[in-house]
Amino acid sequence: MARIESEIGKPRGGFIGWIDDRFPLLETIRYHATEYYAAKNFNFWYVFGVLALTVLVIQLVTGIFLTMNYKPSAEEAFASVEYIMRDVDFGWLIRYMHSTGASFFFIVVYLHMFRAMLYGSYKNPRELIWIIGMLIFFVLMAEAFAGYLLPWGNMSYWGAQVIISLFGAIPFVGETLVEYIKGDYSISDITLNRFFALHVVALPLALIALVFLHIVALHHVGSNNPDGIEIKEHKGPDGVPLDGVAFHPYHTSKDLVAIIVFLMVFSAVVFFAPDMGGYFLEHANFEPANTKATPEHIAPVWYFTPYYAILRAVPNKLWGAVLMAAAVILPLFLPWLDRSRVKSIRYRGWIYRTALALFAVSFLTLGWLGLQPATGVYVTLARVFSVIYFAFFLLMPYYTTIDKTRPVPERVVYHG
Amino acid sequence: MTEDDVDRNRRHFLTVLTAVTGGVGIVAAAVPFLASLRPSARALALGAPVEVPVGSLEPGEMVRVIWRGKLIYVVRRSREMLERLPQVVPFLRDPESREVEEQPDYVVNEYRSIRPEFLVVEGSCTHLGCAPLPEFHVGPEPDWYGGFFCPCHGSRFDMAGRVYKGVPAPTNLRIPPYRFIQDDVIMIGAEDGAA
Amino acid sequence: MARTRLGIAVVALVLAAGGAGAAQNIELERAGNDIGNVASLQRGARNFMNFCAGCHSAKYVRYNVIAKDLMLQEQQVVENLMFNAEKTFETIQATMPSDAAERWFGTAPPDLSLMARARGTDYIYNFLRGFYLDPDSPTGVDNLFLPGTSMPHVLWQLQGYREAVYEPAPEGGGAPVFSHFEPVTTGTLSPEEFDAFVRDTVNFLEYIAEPVRGARRVIGVWVLIFLGFFFIVANMLKNQIWKDVS
Repeated sequence: MARIESEIGKPRGGFIGWIDDRFPLLETIRYHATEYYAAKNFNFWYVFGVLALTVLVIQLVTGIFLTMNYKPSAEEAFASVEYIMRDVDFGWLIRYMHSTGASFFFIVVYLHMFRAMLYGSYKNPRELIWIIGMLIFFVLMAEAFAGYLLPWGNMSYWGAQVIISLFGAIPFVGETLVEYIKGDYSISDITLNRFFALHVVALPLALIALVFLHIVALHHVGSNNPDGIEIKEHKGPDGVPLDGVAFHPYHTSKDLVAIIVFLMVFSAVVFFAPDMGGYFLEHANFEPANTKATPEHIAPVWYFTPYYAILRAVPNKLWGAVLMAAAVILPLFLPWLDRSRVKSIRYRGWIYRTALALFAVSFLTLGWLGLQPATGVYVTLARVFSVIYFAFFLLMPYYTTIDKTRPVPERVVYHG
Repeated sequence: MTEDDVDRNRRHFLTVLTAVTGGVGIVAAAVPFLASLRPSARALALGAPVEVPVGSLEPGEMVRVIWRGKLIYVVRRSREMLERLPQVVPFLRDPESREVEEQPDYVVNEYRSIRPEFLVVEGSCTHLGCAPLPEFHVGPEPDWYGGFFCPCHGSRFDMAGRVYKGVPAPTNLRIPPYRFIQDDVIMIGAEDGAA
Repeated sequence: MARTRLGIAVVALVLAAGGAGAAQNIELERAGNDIGNVASLQRGARNFMNFCAGCHSAKYVRYNVIAKDLMLQEQQVVENLMFNAEKTFETIQATMPSDAAERWFGTAPPDLSLMARARGTDYIYNFLRGFYLDPDSPTGVDNLFLPGTSMPHVLWQLQGYREAVYEPAPEGGGAPVFSHFEPVTTGTLSPEEFDAFVRDTVNFLEYIAEPVRGARRVIGVWVLIFLGFFFIVANMLKNQIWKDVS
């Protein structure tokens, strides 16, 4: 019987050996962990991938336990959430972890995407990783939107009302599409039930599948690094990249520290400020859905506000929706918009650095603007920063070509 | 020891320490999730004791109540029924209720009740859970002195809920915790919390 | 159709905003309550059951939880707080049937379990102290912080009745601006006593909105301490592993 040898050269006996004869256990561990080499100079920005995976696990586990007690009907949903908060032992903790996790998911994912923009991680040969990642982002937005309806609070109801109405802006198919989404003439118990099915089953499955593909694509090509150098171009006599260290135990031990720090911040919020001043748990949502009274200030949850600001900046319903959709989808094309031959911001010229800084400022400012009423100077600012946001992408083929880059080193820069 | 040895030992120690701390963390984190599986405050509220007034029950009459989702029979036994109890003993599998799990100790007597008159018993056949039917008449079978008959698979129990020999049911009918809060009012499930 | 619906939503929004606008954005006084003050919570519970629970339910709040958190014997709760409930595990129901309430007042008095989290403790504190006489209103009063409210001045005996005095608008026109309240009748409590009464009551409302708040902070401290220790250990391990990387 053929036996697969471990890296030490001995055939594995025992339980592990029995499994390994029937399942690629050891070779998977080698390929993805102990013999997967990633650059030794990973910095703070490289931590958000594993943190996103951590939050995903938190959301899945807390989500399962919430589903044990939640009732997805318009009659009972709001009361069932209070039942979880008060009557179920530690239900409050599971609920707060889930609501905090939703917000942290976006914080982590936005920073994760920004890392890719800093170091050119979407550029050849990693375009597909980026595309899958953008798909994850789209699914995540849908998942968050569906989940937000479930507590059936007043903001849940009216927020859904406004966002679903946006689809009506699509010419020809819009009205029908809206009816298909709602399943009824207005947002009702029927809508709630199907959003529950999407949020608990369909979208998590899609998310898990996409995350799996994302990591497989990454491992096939190898990770990028803060210098934007391909470490596989300089290997030692044993075939190991000179600038690489094995994922396990080097990056796993480093990621563990990052995860603990993340859990400290996460716990501080869960236990001391779960409402986060009304940004993580909105005040209006502590009142049950009231079809006769809209909350005073309708705004989506904070993580959608940059796109919401762009929507409101345009004084036309259809074009506002189109531009908002464009704002979400445009980053997908970064691998082809970015013409620079240099990956990392460390070696790019002042033009790209300025552009990226402007992009970051505009994204954050648009986010803040999305929370303000759409009046007066706020509208003007929203328009200005929307222009900057789009210009970052649409002018990129031009300014990345003329940008004067610096020489890229052969080997990574590492200060032990 | 070489520096390498020191390093290796230190690394081993730190790995173990980290793993143990992580293990403690995971166990501690599991506690709230597992605790959430316990009956909630609402379940405990809904599972609260049930009061049964028995003052108007005639001898030989039975009343059914639901406690914690379980069917409970309260029977007012006549003097004749009580006198016949010892006569059934030879036909019973466990006349002294030794094999019954979770029996309140105040019903370990010949009548299986606090007061001989009133039988409080779970209407759930110990075979597969059907509700046994009251058959309080004597005969026509020579060994039948009144009791409960389960229609599902033919198990038979006497007027104290004790199981006959030779039937599918293995044990006597269960007695729930109960007490008399007044002379004519029984409270089923009276013990605090667990019971 | 979708356009109409969005239009309705927008109009409703504007109307709601318009209604709030009439409140003239008066600054809210801080309630100054302390959730940790158990005596205040006990008084607040008494106030709530005596003055609020006639019309307002707190249908997610159980009496036995109040007993435990407010350090009351179950018997004390039964005698002093339970007027229309029999068992301590029951939740606080309003005495007035809600369909009748809707008919008599035009709108059902909202449940108050979560009101402090929905509107804020300070808002409720000011609202309860903000009633004034208005002969045009069906209840005879209006409220500075929720104009057009259907709620009567339930605490009138304690506070007395007042009139609202307005000043003409400053240069630039607009509606007259609220200046101050002028007492018309006196209540059984002095203004300071009344404020304290309302403070206790909103303190209780803040507590019932999230009974677990105190406990979660205590647990949080332990969690952070554990994670701090775990961080130190994991960091030492990481440094040891990375020691030979140059």
